[in-house]
Amino acid sequence: MEIKKTSLNKLHQNNNAKFVEFAGYEMPIQYSKGIIEEHKFTRSHSGIFDVSHMGQLFIYGDESLTEELEKIFPLDLKNLKQNCSKYSFLMNEDAGIYDDLIITKIKEGYLIILNAACKDKDFEILSNLLGSKFKMNLDNNRSLIAIQGPKSVEILNSVINGVDQLNFMTGNWFDSDNQRLFVTRSGYTGEDGFEISISNEKAEKFVENLIGKGAQLIGLGARDTLRLEAGLCLYGHELDINKTPVEANLRWAISKSRLSNGGFIGSKKIMNQMQDGAKQIRVGIKPEGRLIAREKTKIFNDTDKQIGEITSGTFGPSVNGPIAMGYVDKEFSKVDTKILLEVRGKKHPASVCGLPFYKKNYVKGVN
Amino acid sequence: MTEVKFSKEHEWITLEGDVATIGITKHATEMLGDIVFAELPEKGSNVEKDGTAGVVESTKAASDVYTPVSGEVVDTNQSIVDDPAKINEDPEGGAWFFKLKIKDTSELDTLMNKEEYDKFAKETSS
Repeated sequence: MEIKKTSLNKLHQNNNAKFVEFAGYEMPIQYSKGIIEEHKFTRSHSGIFDVSHMGQLFIYGDESLTEELEKIFPLDLKNLKQNCSKYSFLMNEDAGIYDDLIITKIKEGYLIILNAACKDKDFEILSNLLGSKFKMNLDNNRSLIAIQGPKSVEILNSVINGVDQLNFMTGNWFDSDNQRLFVTRSGYTGEDGFEISISNEKAEKFVENLIGKGAQLIGLGARDTLRLEAGLCLYGHELDINKTPVEANLRWAISKSRLSNGGFIGSKKIMNQMQDGAKQIRVGIKPEGRLIAREKTKIFNDTDKQIGEITSGTFGPSVNGPIAMGYVDKEFSKVDTKILLEVRGKKHPASVCGLPFYKKNYVKGVN
Repeated sequence: MTEVKFSKEHEWITLEGDVATIGITKHATEMLGDIVFAELPEKGSNVEKDGTAGVVESTKAASDVYTPVSGEVVDTNQSIVDDPAKINEDPEGGAWFFKLKIKDTSELDTLMNKEEYDKFAKETSS
C-alpha cells in the first residue's frame, strides 16, 4: 500500500525532517535539532506537532445520539456540557481497549479524535454499533495541528483571537482566515496547549504563520518522550485489546455515575475489576543510574520470579534520566517497590514510582 | 600514530604501537541522534574482531558497538558513560570508547581509509 502523506509533508521536508513510517503515514520523527532539543523547546517555549494522521470523526445527532453513545462509552455524556471534552476508550465486551480517544460534545453532535493506527477499525466498529441512524464522517479533508508549551497560548491567540479563554479540555469553533477552525485546549505533552482542526488547504500557511511567531516544528520522537514524562499512555504500548482501563490505571477516566448501573460495553468486567482489583496494573518505573529499559523488558522480583513487563522506556530529557512505564503484578505496584529489569541478559535495579515523571502544566481556571 | 581507519559498522580506529583506540564515527552519531547511554567492555576482557564490545542508546533505540579488531581491553573512557552527550559533541576525538592491546595488526588491512569510508557512509545512508 502506498504510504500516506499529511498536508504538511512538504513543510516537514523543507525543515529537514527525518521521516519514519507511522500507521501508514510518512511522519517526521525529528528535525535537524534532534529529539532532546525539540523536547526542551516544547517545555520552555512552544512546539508545533503535525497530528493530522489521527482520525477526526464527526458524528451528527441530538439527544438520541447521546443515549446511543452512552451504551458504548463509560461516560456521563448527558451531563457533559457542550464544547467540553473527555478522555475515553472504545472497548469490547471484556473491556479490552480497541482505542483510546478524546470525545468532545459539539453543537452538531460529537467530535472524536482517534489514533491513526486504529481509526479505520474504530469507524467500522462504531458504524456497526450506531447503525445508519446518524451521519458519521471520518474527515480526511481536515488536518490536525497541536501547539504545546508555555508560549503557545500567546502565539495561537495572536492568530486566532479568543483561544486564551478556553479552559483545559474544552473547545470551540473559531473563525480565522475565512474558515471555521475547531480548537480545543488539550494535547499530549503535559504542557498547556491546543489542538486545531483546519482544512488541508489552509494547514501549511497556518503552521508557517505560527513558526513566524516563534513556535517550532517538533517530531514524533519528542512527542513520545514528552508524553512518557507526563505519564500518558500510548496505544499499542500501554494500551491494547488485552488490557482494560482498570489494569491501565485509568479508572479516573470512567464517569462515577456510570459505575453503579453499567450499561456500556465492557461494564461488567470493569465493575468486577473495580471491586476485586486487577491482577496486573500499569505503573511508573525508574531505573537506577542511566540504564534505559525499552518496551518488552522483563521485570523480576528479588527471587527471580517474572512479575511484569515494560511497555515504554526511554531517556526523559526534562527529568534528565531514564524513565519507563509497564505492567506489574498488583502486589508489586506500590510506589518505591524494588524491582529488577533484565536488559541484555543482566538484571538491573529499579523501583516503582508515581506518575507523572514531570509535573503537568494544564490551564484550568481562565473562565 | 597511524592514519585513522574505519569499519563498515561505523567505528574508527587509530594505532599507536600495539595499542588501538576505538570509537564511533560522526556519521554514526548523526544517524543515531542524541546519545543518552553508553556501555563499554570491561577492562582486562578480550574482544574478538567484529564482535560486540559495547552499546550506545539514543532516545529512539539501542545499538551495539562492534570492535573492528581483536585484542585485550586495556582502557575505557568512563567520561562518556557519565556524560553520553559527549559522544555527539566530539565523536572522533575526546569521546573515544576503549583501547585494545592488539596481537595482529594485519586485521587493520581490511578496514577503509577516510576517503573510502566517507563514500561508503554516503552510499549506505541514502
